[in-house]
Amino acid sequence: MADEMTQQTPAAATAGEQRQGGRPGGRPGGPGREQRKYFRRKKVCKFCVEKIDAIDYKDYRLLSQFIAESGKIVPRRLSGVCTPHQRRLGRAIKVARNIALLPFAGTTR
Amino acid sequence: MQRTYEVMFIVRPDMTDEDLEKLTSTLSTQVTNAKGTVKNVEKMGKRRLAYTVGTFSEGIYVLFVVEGSGDLVHEIERRLRVSEPVIKFITVRIDEEQKRLDKVKKIRDSHRRGAGTHAAAAAEAAAAAQSEPAAEAPAQA
Repeated sequence: MADEMTQQTPAAATAGEQRQGGRPGGRPGGPGREQRKYFRRKKVCKFCVEKIDAIDYKDYRLLSQFIAESGKIVPRRLSGVCTPHQRRLGRAIKVARNIALLPFAGTTR
Repeated sequence: MQRTYEVMFIVRPDMTDEDLEKLTSTLSTQVTNAKGTVKNVEKMGKRRLAYTVGTFSEGIYVLFVVEGSGDLVHEIERRLRVSEPVIKFITVRIDEEQKRLDKVKKIRDSHRRGAGTHAAAAAEAAAAAQSEPAAEAPAQA
């Protein structure tokens, strides 16, 4: 009984040590989060900041800021546009594509 | 039912100004014949197309703002489809969007009035100050 106990406790202890030792190395974002290598600026919605209410399909200069090189609509997570504005933006881009103001994705020049 | 629509169409780039003028004027008379009103006609000029339409990579953009019913739009689109120089067209209903914008503007204005007229006055003063040098500059030159 006593032998078993003594055998178990060191084993548990070593297992615990291993787990503790494994954690900081495995997750770099854990303890060292304060010291981030690069600074990520908070993205803000261009339309909210500049108070652009109407997202017009004719304004291709504005819309072209939100399409990628390939002609795809830039996702919200990259451009930082808020959800209501992204919805209108997407609609405007799609209309503009139909009248050849903006390219469709995949159409080569 | 009166609604406002924007009809944008592209005509072939080799069209002359007078032909374009003729096309737009006939189209406006057709709109008025079909119980519609033409609110605005804008020639947006020649522009490179984002992709080739048929054989064209350029086109002259024309924008019509018309008021009327759905039948009117049907008629305009039929005519555009028939007319040979028009290579592409699109009709967008704008009255509902305009209504929404007016609503937003109204709300914003009422908020601003609550916040005080100082900001508005300051903005006006700034605008006046900006326009004054701009007006003087050409006179000196």
